[in-house]
Amino acid sequence: MSQLIISIGRECGSGGHEIAQKLSEIYNIPLYDRNILKEISDEKNLDHESLAKYDEVKKKSIFARRVRGLNNCPAHNVAQLQFEFLRKKANAGESFVVVGRCAETILKGHAALVSVFVLGDRDAKVKRVMEYLNNSWDEAAEIVDSKDEARKQYHNSHCNTKWGDSRNYDLSINSSRLGIPKTLDFIVDYINTRKS
Amino acid sequence: MLAQILAVTIFIAMFVLIITEVVERHIITLAAGALTLLLVFGLGMQSMDAVWSTLNLHPMITLDFWYAAGEAHEEATGINWATIIFIAGMMIMVEGMAHVGFFRWLCMRIAKMVNYKVIPIFMTFMVLSFILAMFIDSITVILFLAAVTIELSQLLKFNPVSMILAEVFCANLGGSATMCGDPPNIIIGTSLGYSFADFILNTGLIALVALVFVLVYFYLVCRKELSTTVGKAQDPSTFPKPEDAITSKSGFAASTIIFFVAIILLVTHAQTGLTVAFIGVAVAIATLIVSGKAALTILKKVDYKTLLFFIGLFVVVGGLEETGILKIFAGYIGDVCGGNIHLMVAIILWVSAIASAFVDNIPFAATMIPVIKNLAITQGVNLDILSWTLAIGTDIGGSATPIGASANVVGIATAAKEGHIIKWGKYCKLMVPATIIVLGIATVMLFARYL
Repeated sequence: MSQLIISIGRECGSGGHEIAQKLSEIYNIPLYDRNILKEISDEKNLDHESLAKYDEVKKKSIFARRVRGLNNCPAHNVAQLQFEFLRKKANAGESFVVVGRCAETILKGHAALVSVFVLGDRDAKVKRVMEYLNNSWDEAAEIVDSKDEARKQYHNSHCNTKWGDSRNYDLSINSSRLGIPKTLDFIVDYINTRKS
Repeated sequence: MLAQILAVTIFIAMFVLIITEVVERHIITLAAGALTLLLVFGLGMQSMDAVWSTLNLHPMITLDFWYAAGEAHEEATGINWATIIFIAGMMIMVEGMAHVGFFRWLCMRIAKMVNYKVIPIFMTFMVLSFILAMFIDSITVILFLAAVTIELSQLLKFNPVSMILAEVFCANLGGSATMCGDPPNIIIGTSLGYSFADFILNTGLIALVALVFVLVYFYLVCRKELSTTVGKAQDPSTFPKPEDAITSKSGFAASTIIFFVAIILLVTHAQTGLTVAFIGVAVAIATLIVSGKAALTILKKVDYKTLLFFIGLFVVVGGLEETGILKIFAGYIGDVCGGNIHLMVAIILWVSAIASAFVDNIPFAATMIPVIKNLAITQGVNLDILSWTLAIGTDIGGSATPIGASANVVGIATAAKEGHIIKWGKYCKLMVPATIIVLGIATVMLFARYL
C-alpha cells in the first residue's frame, strides 16, 4: 500500500480537522480541505472568493434544474470541481489526507482509501469550540449544532450515502472517549495495520 | 367533476414535482401519466375511448402519419407520436454528427476563419449558435459551442462567461425560428398542422429581426469584458487544427450529407408530403447505416429520458383536454380579454414568456395548444396568430433565467466545469434585458403584421 488516501469526515468540535492535520504530518502527505478551491482557482486563474462561498454548501433543488446530468446550481458545480480534483489526485497515485468534501463516497472503492469518521459527545464538542473561539456555551452550542446540520445537508444533498452513517466509513470513532491525542494514535495504528 | 378535479390535481402535482426535481422529470411525467389513465379516465370518466384517444396509437399505422398528401395532419389529442419520433430521429442524427467531430470542427473552423480574434469569434459564434439551433436541438449546440468557447478562452486568455451566455441566448432565439428548432415548435407544428415554411415565414422572420438587435445588444454590453485579457494569449499557430476534430473522414462526409438532406426534407415537407415523423425515421436509419460499428454507441447516447418525459406529459395534458379543463381555461382567458385581440396576443406572449422563464416550456406549450385552439373557436380569433405568439413566448421566455431552458443549464454547467460559476444574478443581469428586447420586438411585429 504505497499510496495512502485518508478521508476524515468529522462533526464540529470533534477534533477531526486537528487529527487530519496530524495525520498529514505523520505520513508527510498533503492535507486537502478548503484549500482545494485555492488550488483550483490558482490553476485556472480564477477569483478564489467566487468559488469559496460555495465550499461545503448544500445543493439546492429549487431554482436549479438538471439536464442530462448537468446542473446550474453553483453549490453543485463547485462540489463537482472539488470531487474531480480529488478523483484526479487519487487516480494519479498521489497520497493525501482530505477533510470532509464527501471524500469517503467520492473515492469509495479506491484501494488506497482509508475512510474515517470522527464524532464526539455534544458537551465535549461544545466545550472544545467554546475554548477554541473563546465564546459562551450557548454561542458555541449554536455553532456546533448549525455546523453539523449544514455538513449533514451538504453531504446528503451531493451523495446517495448518509453523513456519519458508520456503514460508509472504515472506521467511526468517538474522540470524546479517548481524547484527541489517543484517538489519533488509535487511527494511526489502524492505518499502519492496513498498510502492512 | 371528479375526473376534472383528479386531472387538475395530477397536473399541478406533476408541475410542482418537475420544478422541485425530487426525482428525474421523466419518472414524474410517466407516473403522472399512469395516474391520469387510471384515475382520470378509469375512475373519473370510466371511458376506454378516452384512454385510446389519449394513447393515440392508431394514427401510426395509417399512411397519413408518414405521408400527408394535401393538408392532412395529425390531430392533437393525447400523445403526439409525430413529435416523439421526429425528436428521436434528430437525436440519432445529431449524435452521429457529434461522433465524427462535425460540431467541434465547425466551431474551430470559424474561429480560425476570423483569425482567432475574440470579438469576431463572439459575433460569429452567436450567429452560428442561431443557425445551428434552427435545425438541431439547442442542448447539442451549446454543449459544443460552450466547450470550444472555453478552450479558446484559455488559449486567448479572456473570460468566456458572457460569450457562453450570448451563445445560449442565440440558440434559444434560433430555436424559435423554425418548426424543428425548439420542442414547443415541433409540438405546435405537428399538433396544428403547420409546415416548416409556415414557421420560417412567421416566427423565423421575427427571430431574424430580433437577432440583429440581440447582436448589437450583446456587442455593446460585452465588448469591454471580452476585450480584457488576463495573461498573454498563446500563438495561434499552436492552436488545435480544425481538421483534428474529425474522427472519420468518410463518416464526416456522410453525416454532413445526411444533415443537409434532412434540412432539405424539412424545408420541403409541405411540398413533398413527407411528414416530420417520416423525416425523423429516415435520418435516423441513414445515420445508423453509415455509422457502422458505432451505431450502437450512438443509440446508447440518445436521450431516452426526454422521450419518456414527452410521453408522460402528453398523457397528463390529454387528461386535462378530455375532461374539458382546458376549454374552461380558454373561456377564462377569453373573458379577461373581452374580445380585445391585441390584449389576447399580448397576454399569451408575455404570460407564456414569464411562465417559460421559470417552468419547463415544453409542458407549458403542450398545455396551451388546446387552449389557443379553443380560443380560436370560441373567440373567432385566427389560430395562426395565436400559434406564432405562443411559439415565440415559450421559446424566448426560457432565456430569461438559468432554469428557463435546457440550453441555459448546459451553458452554465459547461462554464462551471472550468470554475466559471454563473449565479442567478449574473445570468439575469445579462439575459433579462435581451429577453425583454426580443419580446418587445415580437410584440410590435405581431401587432403590426397580423392585427
